[in-house]
Amino acid sequence: MCQVEEDYRDGLERVEVPSVSKKCVKCKEASAAVVIRAGDTYCRGCFKEYFIHKFRAMLGKNRIIFPGEKVLLAVSGGPSSCSMLSQVREGLSLNAHKKLRFSPGIIYIDEGGVVGQTVEERRRTVAELQAMFKATGFPFHTVALEQVMDLPSSVVAMAPSPSEQPASNYKEAVGHFLQSTSSSRSTPQDEEQTSLPEVPEAHTHFLQQLIGSAKTLTARQDLLNTLRQHLLVHTARTEGYGKVMLGDNCTRLAVKLLTSITLGRGAQLAQDTGFSDARYGDITLVRPMRDYSAKEIAYYNHMFSVASVFTPSLDTKTTDKASIQRLTESFVTKLQEDFPSTVSTIYRTSEKLQTTCRSSAKAEPSDKCLLCVCALDTAVENASAFQATLTSEQLSQTKYPGAAGTEIPRQNPESSAPSGQCCSSGGAEDCGRAERGGGGCCSSAKEPETTDLKSLLCYSCQLTLKDMSSVEHLPQYILSEAQRRQRRSQMREEISEFLLEDGEGGD
Amino acid sequence: MPVLCSGCKEKRAALKRPKTGHSLCKECFFWAFEEEVHRTIVAAKLFKPGETVGIAASGGKDSTVLAHVMKLLNERYSYGLELMLLSVDEGITGYRDDSLETVKRNQQQYELPLKIVSYEELYGWTMDAIVKQVGLKNNCTFCGVFRRQALDRGAIMLKVDKICTGHNADDVAETVLMNVLRGDIARLRRCTAISTVSEGEGVVPRCKPLKYAYEKEIVLYAYFKKLDYFSTECVYSPNAYRGHARTFLKDLESVRPSSIMDVIHSGENLSVRDGVKMPVQGTCNRCGYISSQALCKSCVLLEGLNRGLPKLGIGKHHRLHDKLLSQQPLTEREERKLKSVDF
Repeated sequence: MCQVEEDYRDGLERVEVPSVSKKCVKCKEASAAVVIRAGDTYCRGCFKEYFIHKFRAMLGKNRIIFPGEKVLLAVSGGPSSCSMLSQVREGLSLNAHKKLRFSPGIIYIDEGGVVGQTVEERRRTVAELQAMFKATGFPFHTVALEQVMDLPSSVVAMAPSPSEQPASNYKEAVGHFLQSTSSSRSTPQDEEQTSLPEVPEAHTHFLQQLIGSAKTLTARQDLLNTLRQHLLVHTARTEGYGKVMLGDNCTRLAVKLLTSITLGRGAQLAQDTGFSDARYGDITLVRPMRDYSAKEIAYYNHMFSVASVFTPSLDTKTTDKASIQRLTESFVTKLQEDFPSTVSTIYRTSEKLQTTCRSSAKAEPSDKCLLCVCALDTAVENASAFQATLTSEQLSQTKYPGAAGTEIPRQNPESSAPSGQCCSSGGAEDCGRAERGGGGCCSSAKEPETTDLKSLLCYSCQLTLKDMSSVEHLPQYILSEAQRRQRRSQMREEISEFLLEDGEGGD
Repeated sequence: MPVLCSGCKEKRAALKRPKTGHSLCKECFFWAFEEEVHRTIVAAKLFKPGETVGIAASGGKDSTVLAHVMKLLNERYSYGLELMLLSVDEGITGYRDDSLETVKRNQQQYELPLKIVSYEELYGWTMDAIVKQVGLKNNCTFCGVFRRQALDRGAIMLKVDKICTGHNADDVAETVLMNVLRGDIARLRRCTAISTVSEGEGVVPRCKPLKYAYEKEIVLYAYFKKLDYFSTECVYSPNAYRGHARTFLKDLESVRPSSIMDVIHSGENLSVRDGVKMPVQGTCNRCGYISSQALCKSCVLLEGLNRGLPKLGIGKHHRLHDKLLSQQPLTEREERKLKSVDF
């Protein structure tokens, strides 16, 4: 299919091999040490300055992190997040006017239980990372992913969003901060939290069961992401942090953007990939590394000896087609080889996007997805992909009426599910696929759970749920919040005729 | 053990639906496929009774199935539409001449009037002649731009109210991916729309009734219905970059069959941040066709061909538009740049 004006000359053309000039393009004196992009050669000193400036500029431009604020750095041990850690250290040690003014803490989430690492392996990784964290002097928290099983349901129930702090207040806050802290420097107190808190074996088992209940790697990765984020946000809340810094770099975000699109998360794209993500209300996720390419980070880490620790993930040592996420990653990296502007073009798209479903920070809690906490995108107009999919599934299970021209009632996504029959259009998909368990999900006890959960999820999380053999392994905090929401909506239904407005009264 | 059809639960299933994974017998599949297109048409309010609708027919599988289903649904559900076939002859020997034969057969089978407009009569150039001048690179740009306008011109000659095209779900999803890869935010926003509103003089509203139909199901439908269609790749090599997106989409589909719909769902729910610059729609100063520039792309391309400067319309040369409009000659330097054709 050829489209109008289908030309890709600008940007997509293969570029010629850059002629490497021997001098740095910045200072024009020292000899070049790295080629960042085609033609941009930097010497060691200028590269360092450029790299450090970029970090500060990103924070300065967005004015989201207020002076004195507690910020939690999410460090996985990978090159990107370790580089972020080193930048924060760098920024805090600079001379006064350029100095970063927030107070950082570190969190490491140990996911060894999910990828089947032994206790010994996990202990070793944790020890290695903790040595690195100790050297920074920042307080740090080591959390095992298993702890996600014990989260309170407040994680997914909305915390009230904090009083709006518009950018105009930023200057004021800076002034305040300078006055109040001129005398007393807040020193990071050492919270001795060495070594991983003991994880009961049973918990690891539960977690593995949960991840195992997802039948595809795509769903497993998605589920893991969700759980990790819940744990991050919960830790930030309990430890009094207002912001969480993630180490997503430009390359990562380009992959993530395309992955989000392929997973049906178009509505959540801006939150998934933007600089700041306010979906959790009181805790804001920020991505200060989003301007760096993976290559730049690798160069920097190599040249200035920023250590990182390898930790396996779910898709380590899998093939390209193992999951949607994995496939997208290999697609983008391969395309990037031939068309070097691929990553930056995709990444720039993310800056131009906004969610259709309005700012989700203001949406009612009941209108948010139970898992990813984004505004629901499932209440859509008649002619939509979502509706078309429901129609297809329903039609594939309906008898051909023979007599043509009969009026076929239009079905709604909401009204088709709770008809009482086990294999209604909603749940049948799960029944058909859960072959191993002998149709376990069709037993009367669990079936309503599946269908009911579905209505609380966004389009993409519904896909993940569909790939799960059962929901019984989900952590209690998710299940009990689901039940709470269901009770609430039942109540609402009962009193609906007496409600005057559409707004939810006091939740 | 034979698998029973999940629709009627009586007959043996003949196929597995690529879209949902259900096993269906032939009849139930036909019905489901047609019914889905019908519901799309109804839900999106694509047509009004009494309208004349031109079906863009290339002779390929999509447009053949589209023509077949449109005719069938128009009768089954009494849409009250007057249907016509509209074809564009790009002038590609060994490709379009053959596929147009299929369209002519379809015309007789479906008893629909057919109108063929050719690049030669509209622009004075066939694609064969264009390729001779511009080479095998960027030739798809000419073909695509000209076809868009040619369809509109044909539609106006036929006096149809709407054009429907055979774009399927795979095409739409692929276009979403393409526009992300090119960072084309304006098109990204537009490309998932099922129909275009009338954009002005000389532009006929278009719609895609097969927008939610999987390409594989279209082939299945055509196969089991034994529809007569033409399946050959265009002799002038297909676009390499789009090929990457296409392969990626096929891979996605093999990992998770719902991916195609998921991508479309994403596309439908995207929106652009306020303040992002968007092209403003105007009209071409020469031919009056819609254009975001002083001259529309097709006039620039044509001018380039007629002046012997094929690269004029490739890439961005907006600052030359004033010169072109006032028929001034280009400087030698400008000419040299636009002449070079790399093979």
